[in-house]
Amino acid sequence: MAWITGAQNTWCPGCGNFAIQHALKAVLEDLVAGGMRPEEFVLVSGIGCHAKIADYMAMNSFYSIHGRGAAVAGGIALANPDLRVISCAGDGDAYAEGLDHLIFAAKRNTEMTAVVHDNRVYGLTTGQYTPTSYEGFRGRSTPEGVRERPINPLELMLASGATFVARAYTRKIDHLKTVLKAAILHRGFSFIDVLQICATYNNLTDYYAPRVYEVEGHDAGDFDAAMRLAREWDYSADAPIALGVIYDSDAPSDPWPRMNGGGAEERAEEIRRILLEKT
Amino acid sequence: MRWTMQDFSVLIGGKAGEGINIAGSVIARLLSACGLCVYMYYDYPSLIKGGNNFAVIRAADDQTFCTRETVDVLLALNQETIRLHAGMVREDTAVIYDSGVVKAGGTGLTLDAFVKEEEAPAITRSAGIIGGFCRTAGIPWATVEAVFARAIPRELDANLRVARRGYDASPPGSWIRVNGREALPVLTGNEGIAFGLVEAGLEGYISYPMTPSSSILHTLASYAGRFGISVVHPENETGAMLMALGAAYAGRRVAVGTSGGGFCLMTEGFSLAGMAELPVAVVLAQRPGPSTGVPTYSAQGDLLFALFAGQGEFPRIVAAPGSVEEAWYWAGALMDLSWRFQTPAILLTDKNLGEGLFSFAGAPPRPPLAPVLREGDGKYGRYQDGPGGISPLAFPGESGITVKVNSYAHDADGITTEEATTIAAMAEKRREKERAAAKALAAYPCVEVAGDRTAATALLCWGSVAGVCAEVAGRLGLRVVRPVVLSPFPEEQLASALLGVGRLIAVEENIDGQLSRLVGCHGIRVDERIGKYDGRPFFLEDLERRVGEVI
Repeated sequence: MAWITGAQNTWCPGCGNFAIQHALKAVLEDLVAGGMRPEEFVLVSGIGCHAKIADYMAMNSFYSIHGRGAAVAGGIALANPDLRVISCAGDGDAYAEGLDHLIFAAKRNTEMTAVVHDNRVYGLTTGQYTPTSYEGFRGRSTPEGVRERPINPLELMLASGATFVARAYTRKIDHLKTVLKAAILHRGFSFIDVLQICATYNNLTDYYAPRVYEVEGHDAGDFDAAMRLAREWDYSADAPIALGVIYDSDAPSDPWPRMNGGGAEERAEEIRRILLEKT
Repeated sequence: MRWTMQDFSVLIGGKAGEGINIAGSVIARLLSACGLCVYMYYDYPSLIKGGNNFAVIRAADDQTFCTRETVDVLLALNQETIRLHAGMVREDTAVIYDSGVVKAGGTGLTLDAFVKEEEAPAITRSAGIIGGFCRTAGIPWATVEAVFARAIPRELDANLRVARRGYDASPPGSWIRVNGREALPVLTGNEGIAFGLVEAGLEGYISYPMTPSSSILHTLASYAGRFGISVVHPENETGAMLMALGAAYAGRRVAVGTSGGGFCLMTEGFSLAGMAELPVAVVLAQRPGPSTGVPTYSAQGDLLFALFAGQGEFPRIVAAPGSVEEAWYWAGALMDLSWRFQTPAILLTDKNLGEGLFSFAGAPPRPPLAPVLREGDGKYGRYQDGPGGISPLAFPGESGITVKVNSYAHDADGITTEEATTIAAMAEKRREKERAAAKALAAYPCVEVAGDRTAATALLCWGSVAGVCAEVAGRLGLRVVRPVVLSPFPEEQLASALLGVGRLIAVEENIDGQLSRLVGCHGIRVDERIGKYDGRPFFLEDLERRVGEVI
């Protein structure tokens, strides 16, 4: 199966989205080679540069609206548990406009994988700060520099009850693939904050390169250790930036009853019984 | 004895938290068991305990939909009820009250003593006064036993013992004539909506609680297991709508329910449904006022909002039922229509219909209307051409195809486009669906006519004022013309219903005359407008007077 559509790609040269798309394609190919069906995957996106991935990937997709990807993904997961739902979102999408949906998807441990393309800037709206932009970031809406602290998404997701929390970086694509595959195979809600550069408005390659490192010997089943690791870098102050699976645990998922549906006859009979009770 | 039409009213009032709604519904079912058709209006402020609640039950040989200005029996569990409703008491009104807390003329019952002596829970006080009511109204004790057994799930014996004390302590009366007709089930409008949706194949109901739609959520949640459906209360209305669209994309028949404030949040997803061509049924239960408004009262102020909500142009099907039978029918019909035309639909209701209690005579069968599904194999494009602008449906998971839906302007495959001819073609495709929907609706009862069908003066109304308008029209010899479907606008059915009408009087529970404006856009002139916007429904005599002033 060809995983790429004929749609013209309009991402800027050097954009981190290429790496994420490439990693996703490789992981899906790998999973299909392992026996999964390509049709069981559904890609949900929001609005922004990241969201174009829905056009570029030749797979089931729901190109939704700004911030609502996690809610759409939750509805798909509830409707058909045989589908594997991957919700790609931008950092503005996931952490600003749609923060409530993301937190509640984590709280419910919904069967989905949230991949946040975190370039820490609004690209498509031409360069404004986002919830993960560092303090002092000069954007078109904040020419004097942002005077707010950034959100630390890993800490936030841990606090919200996510059962799989990871961070990856687009310039370490093999590592990104490994983490992405583990996230998709995780049962319940899995979350990856993918650090990606915006070639046009926020090229942090020189900042990330000396700081990122892959975690080793970390016990991903230890919540307190995960929280400590998540807090090591606060998305603003200078610190080493851990990449890898920060937290991984098992928990019951999807508290809402599945939509299995009764037959029309059984329902009609049930309604007749209820009407008698209400006489 | 002279055989006349029965028309009987009883009011029960007490403090919030005393179970007035349940007591009222038990009274309604007692009267229904006597073969009468019942209607109950329940009035309560937006608080949990304290304040005054009351329910007015009107029972008649034929179905009524409104209350009258006076009552035959007044049941008072507190002094406030006597004070508030003094104007509804006639010389021959029987007043029954709790003599422990109320001073009044009539029959005083020592409810606290009944409860204490029968070692019954305090909540059974209302059973005591209901017992007194039954004796006064002339309802046989056997009927009380039979109805209590069905209507009171807990502490049945204690309730019956206390009711018997009230029954024995009250003077016998004969307000009610048991007419021997079979008792009908008694349903709220919201229960009618819930069962109508289920009958039409509802698989999921996703809703954030908001009065006066919440009891749909509660009803469906309580029967979810029996129907095999999923009932979900998510983080907010935005999430509810988007979750519903995700489920619809995956092939499930889902509905959402809310009131105006919640629908504000849902308009974002509503517009997405229009562009992505996803089906979803929305129940919009109106309350008075902008913003938070008056949560527990009623209005018809969201018609234009429902018709125009959401950015951009896309078809929507909007219907406003006027009875529990219509609520049942149209909830199902909108589900069918939404799926057939792959566009969102709104069932526009209000508190008076949704929380009102009515005898349910059964909903008529709906015309069959199946969704257009992909047949055969080969290449699939989610938005490829189909008859009437309808693209055949397929769902993710099917082998060999990809199903791509898109909030952006898109091509036949669901891929984003900004290409001029494709943008225009897709807009035309959506318009074509609207025309096809209007054509299909010709087979549905989109406009109802009541009263004298030959009268040259007509009342024009919509939604829950249907019943009071019909009753007033019956008394004054007028015609009632009522569009049930408001989008696509039923031009032909309305024109035919208005044939021979020379004078048109609009009756709406709003201040702007929203239906009057809508019909005005279609060249229909309204001569007079009667508005009510205090949250309370029209009394029968009240509307009769106001109509009398303008005809």
